[in-house]
Amino acid sequence: MKLTLKIWRQENATVKGSMQTYSLDGVSPDMSFLEMMDVLNEQLMENGIDPVAFDHDCREGICGSCSMFINGEAHGPDRLITTCQLHMRKFKDGDTIHIEPFRAKPFPVIKDLVVDRTAFDRIQHAGGFVSVNTSGNTQDANALPIEKESADKAFDAAACIGCGACVASCKNASAMLFVSAKVSQYALLPQGQVEATDRVLNMVKQMDEEGFGNCTNTGACEVECPKGISLENIARMNREYLTANLKG
Amino acid sequence: MALSGLFLIIFLLQHFIINITSVFDGSVFNWLSHFMGTNPLVQFILQPILIAGVIFHFVMGFILDLQNKKARGIRYKVFKGNSNASWVSRNMIISGSTVLSFLVLHFYDFWIPEIDYKYIKVLPDDPHRYYEELILKFDNLTRVVIYVVSFFFLALHLSHGFASAFQTMGFNNKYTVIVKSIGKLYSIGIPFGFAFIAVFHHINHHYL
Repeated sequence: MKLTLKIWRQENATVKGSMQTYSLDGVSPDMSFLEMMDVLNEQLMENGIDPVAFDHDCREGICGSCSMFINGEAHGPDRLITTCQLHMRKFKDGDTIHIEPFRAKPFPVIKDLVVDRTAFDRIQHAGGFVSVNTSGNTQDANALPIEKESADKAFDAAACIGCGACVASCKNASAMLFVSAKVSQYALLPQGQVEATDRVLNMVKQMDEEGFGNCTNTGACEVECPKGISLENIARMNREYLTANLKG
Repeated sequence: MALSGLFLIIFLLQHFIINITSVFDGSVFNWLSHFMGTNPLVQFILQPILIAGVIFHFVMGFILDLQNKKARGIRYKVFKGNSNASWVSRNMIISGSTVLSFLVLHFYDFWIPEIDYKYIKVLPDDPHRYYEELILKFDNLTRVVIYVVSFFFLALHLSHGFASAFQTMGFNNKYTVIVKSIGKLYSIGIPFGFAFIAVFHHINHHYL
């Protein structure tokens, strides 16, 4: 396959970036998208050009590192996968592929396609945890019976890998799906009840401080989420938030 | 937004129920309009609440839209919005602004003359004038066309807004399918009904 790649190039966080065009020949349909990027980078380095910086780690859809906006969609045209799970067979010989970083004010570009997603870490630090006494008296988690439906929903919410595709896809750059998944995974379990009020208030406060947009329920986040996190979580977080505010 | 939206949805239903009576019986419409126009509870409590609700809804809508645009920062060169969300859900600001523009005309047509009649000129109470005033307004074809186009945008706005308001209020469960169905029925039925009233009176007055 021969491809034309239009890629966002930006030297660092302080300079302006722009789209640059590269031609790449000999791409196998069996390659993953990131392998195609590796081939491009080898070609660029052979020609004395700075390789394209992009995030990647596990390359099996678990870590949530890869974060490319491909042809107008987070993680590309396929559903329920991350960029590293996208294969070149999804494209045709002669295609032009636009590759941009995830765009959001709270996700500033560090270099090329690498964005700073530590805003998500700060939201997690604000309340995405349960405080457990680990001084030798830790209770066996299975000692507390939990109904299957709640356990399943908590697990589904916990499947969020924090990649940021929800923010990237949302026309408002809202982080509600991410935050609601992190709130839900504890709200559904008895272990999460003790800190429930503070958790939702602090996490939403941090989300707003980071400068993410507001949720207008377009549903784009749910469609583009590689882990299929449901909008039901946003409704749950809204209930939790309302209840927490009423409790004071 | 969700709360004020739900409030306006309830108001629209009440407004429609009163207006549709004009198609069947002018005297019933006159009686209801006179009641709404002279009842102190409606005039001095409910009407200000309604106006506050409308203002809150559109002011918050514009503020949120500005915040959301700011949150994106640098715009994408290629953004396939249609691949994951409907045009209507992504463009509530357009449908909402159109409905707001219509409201300006609607207030100019009905609300301002009503305030002028009752509180500025202080003309004598006439319980039989409302039906005739309505007919005269829809005599103008241009006005009828503007109303019908506006109701189309109202339908678009409601088709997303109805279910969206419930989602924002935290209502998303096994009954959400029913809420969405009611929302679709409402978003088509009420604007179509309003458009029908305008067209009916225009045709009835001109051609029948």
